[in-house]
Amino acid sequence: MSTPAKDYTLADLVIAAGAEAFRHDGEVLATGIGVIPRLAASLAMKSFNPDLMMTDSEAYLLSEPNPISGRSSHKGQKSETWMGFSRIFDNVWSGKRHAMIGPTQVDRFGQANISALGGSYEQPKVMMLGVRGLPGNSISHANSFFVPNHNTKVFIDRECDLVNSIGYNPERLPKGYTMDDIDIRIILTNLCVMDFNGPDRKPQIVSLHPGVTVEQVQENTGFELHIPENIAETAAPTEAQMAIIREMDPKGVRLSQIAS
Amino acid sequence: MNKTMTAADVVGQLKDGMTIGIGGWGPRRKPMALVREILRSDLKDLTIVAYGGADVGMLCAAGKVKKVIFAFVSLDFIPLEPFFRKARQNGEIETMEIDEGMMLLGLRAAAWNMPFMPTRIGLGTDVIRVNKDIKVIDSPYDDKEWVAMPALKLDAALIHADRADVRGVCQIKGPDMYMDEQMARAAEKTFVSVEEIVDTDFFAQGDESRYVFWERSMTTGVVEIPGGAHPTSCNPAYGFDIPHTKEYNAFAKEGGFEAYADKYINGKTEDEYQQLVGGLDAIKALPLPVY
Repeated sequence: MSTPAKDYTLADLVIAAGAEAFRHDGEVLATGIGVIPRLAASLAMKSFNPDLMMTDSEAYLLSEPNPISGRSSHKGQKSETWMGFSRIFDNVWSGKRHAMIGPTQVDRFGQANISALGGSYEQPKVMMLGVRGLPGNSISHANSFFVPNHNTKVFIDRECDLVNSIGYNPERLPKGYTMDDIDIRIILTNLCVMDFNGPDRKPQIVSLHPGVTVEQVQENTGFELHIPENIAETAAPTEAQMAIIREMDPKGVRLSQIAS
Repeated sequence: MNKTMTAADVVGQLKDGMTIGIGGWGPRRKPMALVREILRSDLKDLTIVAYGGADVGMLCAAGKVKKVIFAFVSLDFIPLEPFFRKARQNGEIETMEIDEGMMLLGLRAAAWNMPFMPTRIGLGTDVIRVNKDIKVIDSPYDDKEWVAMPALKLDAALIHADRADVRGVCQIKGPDMYMDEQMARAAEKTFVSVEEIVDTDFFAQGDESRYVFWERSMTTGVVEIPGGAHPTSCNPAYGFDIPHTKEYNAFAKEGGFEAYADKYINGKTEDEYQQLVGGLDAIKALPLPVY
């Protein structure tokens, strides 16, 4: 079962590392937005945390995650209850959820941005999606981030151009709240895994992917990272995990989702 | 009571400066035929409330919009809506950019005749910094601060549904009704385009009435326009038109929206539009998306 795989890609390594973020979540909705986060949540549900809940990314909760590729319809999927968008908010506000999304900017407080870059709110230089559900997610439940190309344009040296989600920023902490009310779990990238468990919730490196150095990560990060004494190498997926990943993505769409 | 009308009748009831909610979600089940009818009209200065897709992009590009209240505007498989982007980047429209759930709360507040709904959403973010109209208040029950999401009262809601009877009983048979129910309840007038008008007895069969999410008293008018959600989806009847949406997106790079509108909308009836995109049978054959 726990034999490390010999034949795996960076995408597989990152999916396995991402799955770890959901290991101790218990019975919560695991929402992975994008190919790699969704496969990470699927892998967690199909291996060590079968209590997780996942949707079909449309309107149903599933007892078995859907493969991300190689399907031609939603027929035959293992639906267990209706889960349209209005009910997703009921779940979000209950707190029983852990979302992993791909932000365009992340700052040293773990605040994220998918809305707009540069310019002003009235006239952004680059309009992107809008804040979507980030404000509500960030103050309601656990959140992790996946960044496929770790660089200083994503991990910026200032606050996000538009702060979409609450982070560990003392200046923005709402009245009556403590830092414990905010729950940012991991940042998963093509170079490493990070979290906010450094001194005073400073972002830190948790593990480095094989061949990646501390210097390389810090150089590609616009804010200072805490460097703990012991930094592990990100664990390789096991043979059993690789079998699940291949079953969940038979066409290999994951391979084009991350910078090497 | 007979609430059937034409798309032109619907637009005839809309006025400059109105706040209009548009149902659906991104590229899913948008009342696009009604949107096209607005594009053919002289309406202007609209405030649009939507989980936005090409509906918002087209109305912005055509200069119909003063303000957009949104959490996102996206074509999904093309993540960024090209004409909404242009309008934003040119500073052409006012905005109220809020969380997806805040929009739901604002609609519920309007539906329930409340001035606001208290919520945590937005605290600690720029949503409450950039939206001066959204107040943060103290609670009479605890020591925390709360966002008072204001009611999003709609002058009109435009929705596309699967079927309705002439009295305005509307059915959504797809997997999700999105926030259409809330839109219908938040609006002074609700206009619904449908794939087909059916006899009232239709809803008495099996569990058909389980797919009716608001009472007919919330429906002002129904318009029979099969294929009326094109190029967005109307699951289970048809999926979204990916090639057409890609062509629409390409017009943002070359030609501009005016060229798209000249090709498909301006001076053309909805029947002519459907012929230009391959005909109703082709629309109904569009495959359902697989996520």
